[in-house]
Amino acid sequence: MNASDKPGQGFVPLTRRGVLQGAAAVGTAGLILPYASKPARAQTRGGTFRIGIGHGSTTDSLDPGLWENLYVQTFAAARHNYLIEVAPDGQLAPEIAESWDSADGQTWVFTIRSGVTFHSGKDVTADDVVASINHHRGDDSTSVVKPLLAAITDVRADGNTVVVTLEAPNADLPYLMTDYHVPIMPAVDGRIDPMSTDGCGGYVVESYEHGVQSSLTRNPNYWKSDRAFFDRIELLSVLDPAARLNALITGEVHLIDQVDPATIGMLEGRGVARILSIPGNAHYGFPMDARATPFSDNNVRLALKYAIDREAMVDVILGGHGAVSNDNPIGPANRYFNAEMEMKTYDPDRARFHLREAGLESLDVTIAVADAAFSGAVDAGAMFSETARAAGINLDVNRVPNDGYWSNVWLNPNGDTPFCATYWGGRAVEDHMFTTAYAAGADWNEGHWSNDRFNELLVAARSEVNEELRREMYMDMQQIVSFEGSTIIPMYNNYVMAVSSEIATPDRISANWNFDGFRCVERWWMA
Amino acid sequence: MSNVIRMILVRISLGIGLLFIVSLVIFSATELLPGDLATQLLGQSATPETVAALRAQLGLNDPAPLRYWNWLTGALTGDFGIALSNGRPISDLIGTRLGNTVFLALYAAALSVPISLVLGILAALWRNSFFDRIANAGALTAISFPEFFVAYILVLWLAQTGIFPSMVRINPTTDFGDRLYMTFLPALTLTLVVTAHMMRMTRAAIINLMASPYIEMARLKGLSPLRIVLRHALPNALAPIINVIALNLAYLITGVVVVEVVFVYPGLGQLMVDAVSNRDIAVVQAVALIFAAAYVALNLIADVLSTITNPRLMHRR
Repeated sequence: MNASDKPGQGFVPLTRRGVLQGAAAVGTAGLILPYASKPARAQTRGGTFRIGIGHGSTTDSLDPGLWENLYVQTFAAARHNYLIEVAPDGQLAPEIAESWDSADGQTWVFTIRSGVTFHSGKDVTADDVVASINHHRGDDSTSVVKPLLAAITDVRADGNTVVVTLEAPNADLPYLMTDYHVPIMPAVDGRIDPMSTDGCGGYVVESYEHGVQSSLTRNPNYWKSDRAFFDRIELLSVLDPAARLNALITGEVHLIDQVDPATIGMLEGRGVARILSIPGNAHYGFPMDARATPFSDNNVRLALKYAIDREAMVDVILGGHGAVSNDNPIGPANRYFNAEMEMKTYDPDRARFHLREAGLESLDVTIAVADAAFSGAVDAGAMFSETARAAGINLDVNRVPNDGYWSNVWLNPNGDTPFCATYWGGRAVEDHMFTTAYAAGADWNEGHWSNDRFNELLVAARSEVNEELRREMYMDMQQIVSFEGSTIIPMYNNYVMAVSSEIATPDRISANWNFDGFRCVERWWMA
Repeated sequence: MSNVIRMILVRISLGIGLLFIVSLVIFSATELLPGDLATQLLGQSATPETVAALRAQLGLNDPAPLRYWNWLTGALTGDFGIALSNGRPISDLIGTRLGNTVFLALYAAALSVPISLVLGILAALWRNSFFDRIANAGALTAISFPEFFVAYILVLWLAQTGIFPSMVRINPTTDFGDRLYMTFLPALTLTLVVTAHMMRMTRAAIINLMASPYIEMARLKGLSPLRIVLRHALPNALAPIINVIALNLAYLITGVVVVEVVFVYPGLGQLMVDAVSNRDIAVVQAVALIFAAAYVALNLIADVLSTITNPRLMHRR
């Protein structure tokens, strides 16, 4: 449901030990290592790649403005190209935009690649790009990324370039153009047809039935020669975890997502598949409404932050497939990740200290949780309640229905759920994450948090061109969010998938989204 | 014979009246569902403006009676409207899936009805014998496990060994033979689930009749036990058997969501669940109406058939 990309450094750990190594290395080495390592094996063409995805429903839409789950995301990556791609190393790579430039950070010029055609045979032009972006703008747009692109004041075609004007400078605009909601689709009279399956990606849609399956065949005219190796892609929606696992074991599918940690040992023992556990920026958290007592007092928030056992949560809730987070929505795969902050650990004495600072002897609060927030949220709430007790905090776990969680519980719309659970897919860039969920007054500011210093830095960093200053600003902002913010973020969750031994994967797998940034369909090949 | 035709006509018109009432109930029940399609569709990303724009686009602001009338008149002509969530015609969504559901139901029925009739008759014939006990115990065991458990056991034994596929990958172009092969495990699961009910009803109905004087007479005449059961007892036991078969067929059409999920079978049940959780009220209404129609139609057929098999009801004075 979270609407954007985040770049990151991908690792290909094959075992849980590998995961830990990857997690340890990601902060430092990941930024230095160039994405130059050649695949060890030769890429072979042909074969049918079948993917079993634990998402997808009959109510899915072809309209890019409504995409929200892994099924439609992967389906989109197979048939579409974007203006810019996030490479496996998290850097931007040209796709339909051959190059891009901006003199002042406010007016951006994207040069459109020539010789690319849609499946229908039509050439991809600047007009198509303009229409594709405009689908998410304007009063009648229902796109979920409308707020994200709200800073764009004008998009126009100029020969083979597209000129995007912003209301204020933003160095990160190219990252926004990688968002999976903004594929390049053919324009008719200045608008795209959101119900069309036509695209300029590596595979042509043969048939699809929402919530069941779709099949695509290789686009013979695809402009990338070193991509899209399979002859055919079949995407199957397999919602039941056991059915998904069975499908992988019996060879019905080659790749599945959301592998249950409990079954990983069995799967590895059978030797038919390997586990890919990719650390990214996705995270689980517990937002507190900073407007409501007692959460309005930062000492209370800090007390709760020291009363949660992060290590245990990673072990139990994520089965080890993740890393602890220091209440930081910016992850180790981000460019300006702050790893130098003092790490908060489980410390009941310190929690008590902060309670006393707040003038309290004990604290009674209720947390509303449902597995709709993230798988294991109810258990996480119970664990939190146990560890908080030692600090004199009586944390009552209120299990609420999954149904309607995002409209009735999250964001505390009725004033009765000031403390709940949330998840985020992580974001392409620091600014995007902060602007979406931490800036004062943002629609999704789930902590209803407002910090003057933070808000000043946020605006200043956006247009700061000095890389060193910019880094410092983002470091400061993370420090503020971590120690003064009103969202407890105990863990980053890995993307865990299982892939059949019949499929070969590149050495480096993208961490910006699940399934190699959804691009497994065009980056992987038959072993 | 005119009696029969009149009875059938009366039953059909009663059925239609019933369906009309059901349609009213379905419509008002879905009105009561909490939440709103527009907020549901936009999920975490709903802002007041996008919600308002989407509501207007989907026609959610019309008054309820108007929406009911539009829906009912459409449904009568097979046009259930447009799925609110993805703009596709509902009849398209339902078409293939209805076919799949009916196929699976008929497949399971083709396996389970003969099996349960034969087992039931034999169990009645050899009442209290070792065979009777084994058949009863086996059928009761199968029905006592939850469906998903039976399904997983079958997957473990028959799919992980590579004999049958663990998931059903069918589409409209799959040929009949492949279809039978790929759908075997779900059909077998359903067979195990429904057999006990039908078998025990067959056995009970026949045993009940075996105590009647006319059976005693047949026995005194020296007829073979098999002939007594098939020729004399079974025809009189048909009414309850037909009823229980109809009930199970209705179940096979409407209640197999769990089996559909385990075997990834694209049937109506999964469509209904998806639609409910996504607040796609138009689809929920359409599927609910189809389920109701299936129930009413099957019960109607069962009523008519059991009347026809009973001369006393046919020639009432």
